[in-house]
Amino acid sequence: MPHDHPHHDTDLDPMTARVKALETLLVGKGLVDPAAIDAIVETYAHRVGPQNGASVVARAWTDPEFAGWLARDATAAIASMGFTGRQGEHMQAVFNTDDTHNLVVCTLCSCYPWPVLGLPPVWYKSPPYRARAVREPRAVLAEFGLTLPATTRIRVWDSTAELRYLVVPQRPAGTAGWSAERLAGLVTREAMIGTGLARSPGSAP
Amino acid sequence: MNGPHDLGGRPGFGPVQPEADAPVFHAGWEERALGLTLCAGALGLWTLDESRHARESLPTETYLNSSYYEIWILGLEALLLRHGLVSPEELSGSAPPAPAAPHGILAADRVPATLARGGPSDRAIDTPPRFRAGDRVRARVLDTRGHNRLPRYVQGRIGTVEADRGGFVFPDANAHGRGEAPQRLYTVVFAAQDLWGPEADPADAVSVDAWESYLEPA
Repeated sequence: MPHDHPHHDTDLDPMTARVKALETLLVGKGLVDPAAIDAIVETYAHRVGPQNGASVVARAWTDPEFAGWLARDATAAIASMGFTGRQGEHMQAVFNTDDTHNLVVCTLCSCYPWPVLGLPPVWYKSPPYRARAVREPRAVLAEFGLTLPATTRIRVWDSTAELRYLVVPQRPAGTAGWSAERLAGLVTREAMIGTGLARSPGSAP
Repeated sequence: MNGPHDLGGRPGFGPVQPEADAPVFHAGWEERALGLTLCAGALGLWTLDESRHARESLPTETYLNSSYYEIWILGLEALLLRHGLVSPEELSGSAPPAPAAPHGILAADRVPATLARGGPSDRAIDTPPRFRAGDRVRARVLDTRGHNRLPRYVQGRIGTVEADRGGFVFPDANAHGRGEAPQRLYTVVFAAQDLWGPEADPADAVSVDAWESYLEPA
């Protein structure tokens, strides 16, 4: 809306211009340090992401004592690996079994376990996923290419409070003797949300 | 409030569009929008609950036609105006920025520690639990004027308490400056057929995390 925002650079698309104007305003008023924005972006663009959660899952697969701790007190178990903080203050780990597949959604906004998975992908925040994951989870999973046996029950976790859920997928067959580090390469972001499974050894990454 | 954000079960949306190897940000302005929102929140003038309420108070048409970070920016502008941090004239660009009163702002060197610390919202609570695991409960019908976190699709439905999670800040109060007013939080499981009818898979279930006052004995 260029008439509302005469200081905008008219060469920019509307949101680029709007956010740039807002940043300029808040920095100009001394309310925001632009270097702090840089540091936040750097954190979630490069440091905190699903590789954190993958290392948690792989350790749970290889260390039964850790898996037990993760089931009892996920916040502490995950913190012991150095993953703490914003949007992961109260963690719950939910374990897939032969009988039950877990799926996580936030129908009200975009609640997501940042310290272990990073920022949520666009589809997770989108109205189709938020509307449909609770109502027709099997149809949603099919859109991710995942068809579960009819005998598998699906448990959907709607993150309506400050608990944040991490799905622990089942360990793929054919990985006996693998190190946790190698196993972590099989653990995808989708597997830890529940819209996928851990990859099988030999499948294309 | 049962606002435009309350999407669970709403019909009419198309397929989910998974994105392989999705980038964290899809445009440079999204990075700045995230950072601005976190930096402004760190000023401490509003709670996370109030910021959620600001976003879900957008008109339905705006909410559904805006991208995720557009919604964040619209919510942030509303919060900045509400708390007097910027004037409408400054925001529109018709007045130059006036210096703000001194605030403790988030410095770049404090970002890693601040993010790693987060903001726990569990609170000690000494009242005995009203419900226990296994109890049948009905989610109340609760179209409040203000913020709440009870999705419309469970309101009025009967489910089973699975876990008592202890005391947590109550968003309905905290979003509106009425203090933390902590209540006990429960995970409540609903059979899919009790939510969606006979077409749902009889083995499937959906849970929500519900504060004690959202529930009544069934």
